[in-house]
Amino acid sequence: MAIEKTYAEINEKIKSGKAVVLTAEEVIGLVEEKGLTEAARQVDVVTTGTFAPMCSSGVFLNFGHSKPKMKMQKVWLNGVPAYSGIAAVDAYLGATELPEGDPCNNNYPGEFRYGGGHVIQDLLMGKKVKLEATAYGTDCYPRRELETYITLDDMNEATLFNPRNSYQNYNCGVNLSNRVIYTYMGVLKPNLGNAHYCSAGQLSPLLNDPYFLTIGMGTKIFLGGGIGYVAWNGTQHFPEIQKDAAGHSYGPAGGTLSVVGDLKQMNANWLLGTSFLGYGVTLSVSIGIPIPVLNEEVMRCVSVSDRDLYAPIVDYGEAYGQRLPSDLGFASYAELKSGTITVNGQKIPAAPLSSYPKAREIAATLKEWICKGDFLLTEPVKLLPSYRDGIQSKKLEIRGL
Amino acid sequence: MAPNKIILRFGENTSDQPIIYRLVKDYDLVINILKANVNPNKEGTMVLELTGEKYEEGLGYLRDQGIRVQPLAEEVFRNEERCISCGACTGICPTHALSLERPSMEVKFDSDNCIVCQLCVKVCPLKAMEVRF
Repeated sequence: MAIEKTYAEINEKIKSGKAVVLTAEEVIGLVEEKGLTEAARQVDVVTTGTFAPMCSSGVFLNFGHSKPKMKMQKVWLNGVPAYSGIAAVDAYLGATELPEGDPCNNNYPGEFRYGGGHVIQDLLMGKKVKLEATAYGTDCYPRRELETYITLDDMNEATLFNPRNSYQNYNCGVNLSNRVIYTYMGVLKPNLGNAHYCSAGQLSPLLNDPYFLTIGMGTKIFLGGGIGYVAWNGTQHFPEIQKDAAGHSYGPAGGTLSVVGDLKQMNANWLLGTSFLGYGVTLSVSIGIPIPVLNEEVMRCVSVSDRDLYAPIVDYGEAYGQRLPSDLGFASYAELKSGTITVNGQKIPAAPLSSYPKAREIAATLKEWICKGDFLLTEPVKLLPSYRDGIQSKKLEIRGL
Repeated sequence: MAPNKIILRFGENTSDQPIIYRLVKDYDLVINILKANVNPNKEGTMVLELTGEKYEEGLGYLRDQGIRVQPLAEEVFRNEERCISCGACTGICPTHALSLERPSMEVKFDSDNCIVCQLCVKVCPLKAMEVRF
């Protein structure tokens, strides 16, 4: 008989302390041992995790009103500009924003020691942050400038709202050119000197729900050490099944999530300002998503291992930047994690940018929350587009009127 | 003439002596103080760059005062609180002093293999690798 469970049934089990919860790593062995049907019968929830740099991140802030009041036109936090083209004392601070006057890559490769992501981390650490603002002044908002120091507690709201996080899968970056390059995939040495990849592989949330059967709008998640929710699909959400030139399938890729949560209940250990030499600043974001084992199909999806999952190998020396096709094949996460992959017949060292030990810790923490009955699952209000929707990426063409 | 980088370690009895003045006045040395932590009646350290023809004599004077003189050996340290074991340093470290333990995938730092090239200090996205004197 086919296994079918509802969110309500699983939540009843969580409330009564009877739910069986495994991490996406633990469930692999169980399925190998017991088979899909028996594993689906036994396990109610599988937890996933990832902790990596995610550039499309930031926070909506409301500072409260000064006396006299001000309609802030330009806003800086510790010298880092925030977007204030919204209501009077609202602003959006983006993770990749740099301080005014940052030397950037003028002294190549630039260091990028501080930026929006670091301000977010400073706020979470309870530090006082310098707030500066200017305005043109109106009859109702007469103030034209201010300078003060604020903490996270002083603000009315601080809502982390990340337009694109938790990439389903990511490129493995290499460099075919003959010079060292500094990228968001780290430092890549010339002539295939090294490879960098950035995914938790078998623990990664969207690799465990490749067809978006359970993760959707409203899904409650672990975000930044606290609670968050899936708000929508992420930008550049292009879920697909990746294939090589011969048509062989290499599994899912391209899905993304937009996530939201109250920054005030998050934790500075789980949202970290991050610097990439010669590239810029960003925020390392921790995300863990519970997947309800509704049926055997969901169990089949969550039981994938690093051997079954593949990253496309992409040349960042030229192909990536010039938007050229890159046909260097795929590397399995099992190969990538072994530390050596083969590209164009050459063995090269591979290193991660995404913390696997932290991904494991996130999945274990989420498991603990659920087992204690503190964290119930939410049924999505709306499921997200999957590969079946055939979404194609649009390119930006440079043209005149 | 290239400057010599040295570390001076003072006992609590010598920290009130004007030794820098003596190095300049009596030994004609050019001094650049990189770091100093000297307090009255306490042990202290100072990191200096010294240049001059009477360099060896100057060192002799320091030793006579009971000051321990060591060549500067910079060391790379890992700030364990900042490191999240992402692994970004492990593909860059030329001597494999930084490596991934398998299967845990934790970053391991073996300072015996570190040649203080400081590449990790530059590439660590979380600024967890630090140079200390």
